[in-house]
Amino acid sequence: MARISRRAFLIGAATVSGAVAVAPSARAQKRGGAIRIVPIADLKVLDPIWTTAYVTRDHAYLVYDTLFASDANLNVKPQMVDKWTTSKDHMKWSFTLRDGLKFHDGSPVTAEDCVVSLARWGKKDSLGKLMMAATGKLAATDKKTFVLELKEPFGAVLDALGKPSSNVPFIMPARLASTDANQQIKEVVGSGPYRFVKDEWQPGNQVVYTRFEGYVPRNENPSGAAGGKRANVDRVIARYIPDAATASAALEAGEIDWWDNPPADFATRLEKNPNITVFVKNPGGIQGWVRPNHLFPPFNNKKARQALLHMVDQEMYLQTVIGNPKYYRTCPTYYMCGTPYETAAGAPRKPDLERARQLMKESGYDGKPIVLLDPADNPSLHGSSLVTRELLGKIGVNVDLQASDWASVIARRSKKDPPSAGGWNLMMATWISPDVMTPAVNTGLSGACDKAWFGWYCSEQMEKLRHDWIRATDQGKRKQIAEQVQTLAYDEVPYVPWGQWTQPTAYRKNVKGVLTFPASLYWNVSVEG
Amino acid sequence: MAVAAEVLEAPGMPSSRAARVRRFIVRNPTLVAGLACLMLLAASAIGAPLLTARDPQQMRPMARLSPPSADQPFGADHFGRDVFARTLYGGRISLRVGITVALISLLIGAAIGLTSGFYRALDTVVMRVVDGLMAIPSVLLALALMALVKASVETVIAALVVPEVPRVIRVVRASVLSLREHTMVEGARAIGAGTPRILIRYILPALVAPLIVQGTHVCASAILVESYLSFLGAGTPPHIPSWGNVMAEGRAYVQIGVWILLFPGLFLMLTVLSINLLGDGLRDRLKV
Amino acid sequence: MLPLLVRRLLATIPVMGVVALAVFGLLRLAPGDPASVIAGDYASPDDVVRIRSSLGLDQPLPKQLAIWFGNLLRGDLGTSIFSGLPVTTLIKQRVEPTVALATLTMLIAVTVAVPLGVLAAWKQGSWIDRSVMVFAVSGFSMPVFWLGFLLVWVFAVQLGWLPVQGYSPIAKGFWPFLRQLILPAMTLGFVYVALITRMTRASMLTVLREDYIRTAYAKGLPPAGVLMRHALKNASLPVVTIIGVGVALMVGGVVVTESVFALPGIGRLTVDAILRRDYPVIQAVILIVSGVYVLINLVIDLLYVVLDPRIRY
Repeated sequence: MARISRRAFLIGAATVSGAVAVAPSARAQKRGGAIRIVPIADLKVLDPIWTTAYVTRDHAYLVYDTLFASDANLNVKPQMVDKWTTSKDHMKWSFTLRDGLKFHDGSPVTAEDCVVSLARWGKKDSLGKLMMAATGKLAATDKKTFVLELKEPFGAVLDALGKPSSNVPFIMPARLASTDANQQIKEVVGSGPYRFVKDEWQPGNQVVYTRFEGYVPRNENPSGAAGGKRANVDRVIARYIPDAATASAALEAGEIDWWDNPPADFATRLEKNPNITVFVKNPGGIQGWVRPNHLFPPFNNKKARQALLHMVDQEMYLQTVIGNPKYYRTCPTYYMCGTPYETAAGAPRKPDLERARQLMKESGYDGKPIVLLDPADNPSLHGSSLVTRELLGKIGVNVDLQASDWASVIARRSKKDPPSAGGWNLMMATWISPDVMTPAVNTGLSGACDKAWFGWYCSEQMEKLRHDWIRATDQGKRKQIAEQVQTLAYDEVPYVPWGQWTQPTAYRKNVKGVLTFPASLYWNVSVEG
Repeated sequence: MAVAAEVLEAPGMPSSRAARVRRFIVRNPTLVAGLACLMLLAASAIGAPLLTARDPQQMRPMARLSPPSADQPFGADHFGRDVFARTLYGGRISLRVGITVALISLLIGAAIGLTSGFYRALDTVVMRVVDGLMAIPSVLLALALMALVKASVETVIAALVVPEVPRVIRVVRASVLSLREHTMVEGARAIGAGTPRILIRYILPALVAPLIVQGTHVCASAILVESYLSFLGAGTPPHIPSWGNVMAEGRAYVQIGVWILLFPGLFLMLTVLSINLLGDGLRDRLKV
Repeated sequence: MLPLLVRRLLATIPVMGVVALAVFGLLRLAPGDPASVIAGDYASPDDVVRIRSSLGLDQPLPKQLAIWFGNLLRGDLGTSIFSGLPVTTLIKQRVEPTVALATLTMLIAVTVAVPLGVLAAWKQGSWIDRSVMVFAVSGFSMPVFWLGFLLVWVFAVQLGWLPVQGYSPIAKGFWPFLRQLILPAMTLGFVYVALITRMTRASMLTVLREDYIRTAYAKGLPPAGVLMRHALKNASLPVVTIIGVGVALMVGGVVVTESVFALPGIGRLTVDAILRRDYPVIQAVILIVSGVYVLINLVIDLLYVVLDPRIRY
């Protein structure tokens, strides 16, 4: 057992020890020290409104604060807001900020800052755009209060303000938030529990945050992004390690404390290590998509898209791509299983290759190879591309698998040219639950033709249903519309979900206080001992 | 690599065919060992369908990451594909890349080197471009080229040829410059032979030996650099197994399934090693 | 000496010009689009178009080239499209690990390889010679990353002797710095041990055949003394050349090694930039790396003239 003791020695030697332990806080968590995290990706862009990249969203959660926030169960709770009122018809809203809110540059957070920040977010975010379209007036009435007056009904005001994932309406100082929404902000100044240390930022390698002493947390217990955000560790160090094998070995050797997103195969291995906790912090999970391009044959024909629907065998995808059944499940709903609008309405009973082949034939498919984009450097998308290719072969479709890196795929997916001239026919995508859980936020269901998400699904009927859903304020009515949306989706097939899985996170046993949430939240954690 | 020839050839009297073969082996051990090993590896690649019944692409979800066994001597990868089959079929692609890159680089390099060695005006321009291209490290140049194009075996070959050609040009040009002053060439010129005729009749034959040796270096380096490109995510497309991308896909699983990385790497190393030995042996034998 | 220096320096200008043009031309033809990468996986098509125009990527190529060259002449290497940081800052952050890795690698390689090469030459034709040579050839027949992962697997994961990844700046203490670099330098060093061993052996063999060596032996000097004092000294010049050749070769190895060991060096900066099409960074880094290569070879050429009076240009 010399091996273990030697490793134990290394852990002791490598752990960064900060200040001498201070008196235990109310939560009996250690204050001080540093936590070394391997984030989900390299932080390339700092502006969470400019980009939808998840790593930027996680960065922003640490630096910025939000008016409302979703808790662990995705219920919206006030965060920067102290009190708010709404008229009976939900057309007039008034929000008052809580005391003691300060930006990292020392200036107080004002209602004006919030109004300007919301306006910028409303130019970029899909739900934000819908809300701004329904908004008549958004203005500060004094230092701490602002009002929102709608000109048409909009049922999702709090859902929008407490939106858990990209783009999150983060609050910035008005001088920065007044930047054009299509330009990056030049400076990172938030009012969140940690401040970003610009001098120590090494793109492609590491990002460092230090505690913001001026932050006043709420008194409630933390839950998701809601409740008190307690900054226990002095420093949060995010080290980007691109290689899964290296990250895994570094976690086992104690060179890092927390590896945010180990692939399921590694989670299975890390579970066996007594020094490591493997934890699913987003039980809502992730949904995989097969997205056809609706502009060109064969998938401009509904029958060919239905063929895809009947072809997709979720079990086969998940077993190949995720592997460990503990982390995946098949799911018949577009909104993901375990969410409020989950329904099996309109779903086919089971995969049927015979039917798929028949439908493909009826669509008038001429045997021309279809272009399938394969981002080979993204494990889950690469795996699902390979399964799709295999299944397409079985229903008599010729496939031109075009492998490249992720950067090329996302450049190419925006091309509306024919597949033979640089466009494409099929691609894969993955989304987390808060981004697909309602007809409003699920971008793949948008039938806005030219304005729809890549693949350009076009359906007047779908757009009308989604609009009805957004205007509906009654929960029963919303459920009913959500079912109609899904029934229509299973007929017109904007995309095919290929399964649902969860992303485990892994950290060393001495890390305490990791929060359950779809995004990665790095406050409230402490490194003990 | 300018290592002096150290095996000195003494012409002996051939006694019998067997004795001659034996003497050849004893005198050229590296050449023979390299050639034998290379032929064995090439045979395993060409004969892949005879050695394994499995399709290298066949995904078997139930067999994901299963270790080597009698049924699958090299184990299975993270999609349950048979690593033995992938290694054998991968050899086809890697060898094809290596050999094609060598041939094309030699052809282009020799053509440019010959002409520029003879036409002074052209020479200055060509050599500036050659110097410039050689200043860009070949892996970076190939990587940047791969970012330009759709990944396929052909584009990888092209991306590997570009950094190799200047090296061949250098070798050829150096030889041409020294041969040009050779009495044989001067004699030919005196009896009225034109430049093309001199190039083809007198200079080209003298270049064959150094080109063959250079070819083995290019071939070995192409196989290696292809694996680097694959490792960095810009090599042959992943659905066409080459040793490089089989390893690239397996590298994430070093702790869980070291076999995905280990076996193709061993094959690659043995191949490059035997090509290098062959090259060294040829160089000694041909006294380049 | 001075005219020579000036002449050689002037000769590097067209070389660097070709490099600059080649790099710019190559990248602008690439299909990848930095605007889409920046916008994120979930951005709308409209956003991508807006970001592209805000970056100036929709400008005609000649105009982009003119802007870039103009800035270069003023010493401005540009700004990363992604992080918004000046490329010079990014490079400064990354120089130390790469220089440290390259230096340590060369150090290890020379200390191991020169004695091996001398030994092989001395015992020419013996089994020692043969095994050293096969070992040397295997050294550059192995993919660097393959060797790296196997070394990590043995020394870091199984034995737990050395760290798996990462870098510790020399300012934070020499020992942690060295510990982090041993495995990467060993990995990369293999290739150079191989190269330098062969080079040393070859030039030793040439020198050993020279008359003055025979004279030294005839005078009855001890063989070790002859080898070290007379032969190695004269054989070392060609070995110096290999360092120049090695720089170009090393860049490829450095890129791969830095990826395996998550070292925040120039190599990884370049690969990341290429994969996400961060044009200003790629252009600047390739230009600088090529410049360093040209410069090192220039220095070596000049050293030759200084060290060996027989060489005249």
